Amino acid sequence: MLDNPSIAKSQQATASATLKGIAREYGIYLAFVILVVALSFANKYFLTQSNISNVLLQTSINGVLAFGMTFVIITGGIDLSVGSVLALAGIVSASFATNSPQATVAGGPYPVFVALTAGVLVGVASGAIIGPIVARFNVPAFVATLGMLSAARGLTLIYAGGRPVPALTPQYRWIGNGNVFGVPAPVVIFAAIFLVSWFVLARTRFGRYVYAVGGNARAAKTSGINVVRVRIAVYVISGGFAGVAGMLLAARTGSALTQAGIGYELDAIAAVVIGGISLSGGVGRMTGALIGALIIGVMNNGLDLMGIESYYQQVLKGMLIVGAVMLDQRRNLGG
Amino acid sequence: MTSLLKVEGLKKAFGGVVALRDARFELDAGTVHALCGGNGAGKSTFLSILMGIYRRDAGKIWRNGREVEFNSPAEALASGIAIIEQELSPIPQMTVAENIFLGREPAGRFGGVNFRKMNAAAQAILDDLGFAIPATRRMYSLSVAQMQLVEIAKALSHDAEVIFMDEPTSAIGHREAHQLFSVVRRLRERGRGIVYVSHRLSEIFDVADRYTVLRDGAYVGSGSLAEVDRASLIRMIVGREISEEYAKINTPTEEEGLSVVGLTSPGKIDDISFTVRKGEIFGIYGLMGSGRTEIFDCLFGLDRPSKGEVKLFGERLSVATPAAAIAHGIALVTEDRKLSGLYLNDSIRRNLSMATMRDLSPHFVVNAAREAKASCEAIERFQIRVGRDVDPVASLSGGNQQKVVLGKWFLTNPRVLLLDEPTRGVDVGAKREISRIVGDFAAAGGTVAMISSEVDELLGIADRIMVMRDGRSVETLDRTQATAEKLVHLSV
Repeated sequence: MLDNPSIAKSQQATASATLKGIAREYGIYLAFVILVVALSFANKYFLTQSNISNVLLQTSINGVLAFGMTFVIITGGIDLSVGSVLALAGIVSASFATNSPQATVAGGPYPVFVALTAGVLVGVASGAIIGPIVARFNVPAFVATLGMLSAARGLTLIYAGGRPVPALTPQYRWIGNGNVFGVPAPVVIFAAIFLVSWFVLARTRFGRYVYAVGGNARAAKTSGINVVRVRIAVYVISGGFAGVAGMLLAARTGSALTQAGIGYELDAIAAVVIGGISLSGGVGRMTGALIGALIIGVMNNGLDLMGIESYYQQVLKGMLIVGAVMLDQRRNLGG
Repeated sequence: MTSLLKVEGLKKAFGGVVALRDARFELDAGTVHALCGGNGAGKSTFLSILMGIYRRDAGKIWRNGREVEFNSPAEALASGIAIIEQELSPIPQMTVAENIFLGREPAGRFGGVNFRKMNAAAQAILDDLGFAIPATRRMYSLSVAQMQLVEIAKALSHDAEVIFMDEPTSAIGHREAHQLFSVVRRLRERGRGIVYVSHRLSEIFDVADRYTVLRDGAYVGSGSLAEVDRASLIRMIVGREISEEYAKINTPTEEEGLSVVGLTSPGKIDDISFTVRKGEIFGIYGLMGSGRTEIFDCLFGLDRPSKGEVKLFGERLSVATPAAAIAHGIALVTEDRKLSGLYLNDSIRRNLSMATMRDLSPHFVVNAAREAKASCEAIERFQIRVGRDVDPVASLSGGNQQKVVLGKWFLTNPRVLLLDEPTRGVDVGAKREISRIVGDFAAAGGTVAMISSEVDELLGIADRIMVMRDGRSVETLDRTQATAEKLVHLSV
């Protein structure tokens, strides 16, 4: 077969396409490594254990939101509500675990697992409302989740009477401040959620359906996939993860704030986009979202260490988001 | 006399893949010249170079005897070359006139657009061509066929001397096609040169005077169509002897396979009844919009019929979702593989396994080994030409993409195959292979219903042919009685 010149040529072409594929797939990881190396030269404190732990801690909340967002975005949707749902879940969950007599649910404080269940349920419920609106009534995801962004923030304020929920129980605060073998508890949760998300997306039938729905919903439907159910499921996942993020934040600060998580949806989308996950759906990996979130975390931390004002950090982040997608587009055109 | 367009030794490679190695072409004024070749023969690359979209690697192009080089579509257009592309690109919210004059709107006062002048000019062009389309209609309110006609009007409005038509009839019905052919003939009388690209040989013999065949990026031959017969043209295109274009291998049994009685979906189909026996290939012929596809939608759970009864092997069947249809052993190869058949940016393997995920991986986790094995089997069985099955399906030629769609459905072990235009846009070689696959399936006792716009294909492989018109079934002909004239006559 190899003596046929055109086949040999096409195999060469396949080999070079593979190299291109590797560059495309791993370019973002390379960028991350370069960033870390550069920052470790720029500041000797950067690679210390306590700073690494600090970066991971700062990344954990945005990371958890980004993992949920990845499911949604691969189906071709978007979830703008995560910041508000985070606040609502945080407040509701905290009200089950506060020592403050004004803010508690009657009979509280309850054991910490009750508070955690309540928080996750709030997130899941919000996803279970958005999901059918998007999947069954065909309201664009942008609009449906924009509505939830406003509604969930309002419900947060109504539920808490506009006041924060302070004085969380020590058991609850442990989730945000405790350690497991020297690793901060939020980082452990962040890692666990990543592993589960990665596994579900890359290795399960449901994960395949997520790609199929985002890649070509009509083809998925004719292939016998329940497109509506898959699309509802991704919003439920994203909502549930937002609930977890809300509790992490409340536990870390020791009280749940009604203004928590404003603008967090944009950071989560930024992480996903930097991670090479296409907003038009069907393309991307969970590891991309992880690296995207880490790049944002490392960059913010590095600029902090170098004493650069946070105003500049925002400008740089903006350039990074657009730059990452521009590179992606060029590669796609060239490939 | 110098020719309108002359091309010699055209070469083009993409990376290591050679698309064109030696393309030659000569177009005279007042002729319709068919450019023939299978998928991957280099026709699209050839067109793209002449339109200034790609730069050539080597070769020469003469326009009216002067050597030219186009760096952009605008330059090609300026030298009098226009193209009617296969994939339409209208702006749906704009009017017909706005689409025709896009980018060169007649100026009005204060830098605005002179809409009255533009509409009048557009209407004049449409009337001149005999297209009954009002220039002020919005594009989205037109049928696909009408949009195609507007696209043609747009190309002609540039007053081009050389007009390329790339598969212009692939999306339009018989009546529109004939309207198109009469326009082509009129253009020829006016001394224009038309390059006609099509897979449909009967069209080529119908409308063209001369032909040039490309194969594997190189010139094979050219000449007058009056001096060549169908068989030898096919031989030039595929490069090997094909005894018969369509092989008939199956014989229907007496056993009932799929039976439909009084199927109705308001506004789409009305009172459709037919029975397909086991081992039979049942053809369905009709124009676009005649309700052909809608029958399959009802059978496959994509649409809910308001009335009617469907029986499978004598048992009453009620199918509400595609998943239920698949569970009953029904497979549907949809009309447009890009729109509803494939996930273009995903791999060949994942596309193949998509309808059988549940069988291949009965548990939550994907069984990668079984999936890889199924994919290999499908590739081997249908001789799909792939590098590796993890490459994107978009990297395959049209014929091989279509075989991936077929492979996906054969993995479900179907008992009934519903095929909607299974060979649209694929070359003669792949067409033959697909008809062989379908024939084998029927010969092994499978039940097949097949929609096609290509009369030759239906006459070649169908046992009976039902003709559809305006959502109704007009008549069902046995293969011994069916002729091309009858089918066309019944469908319009």
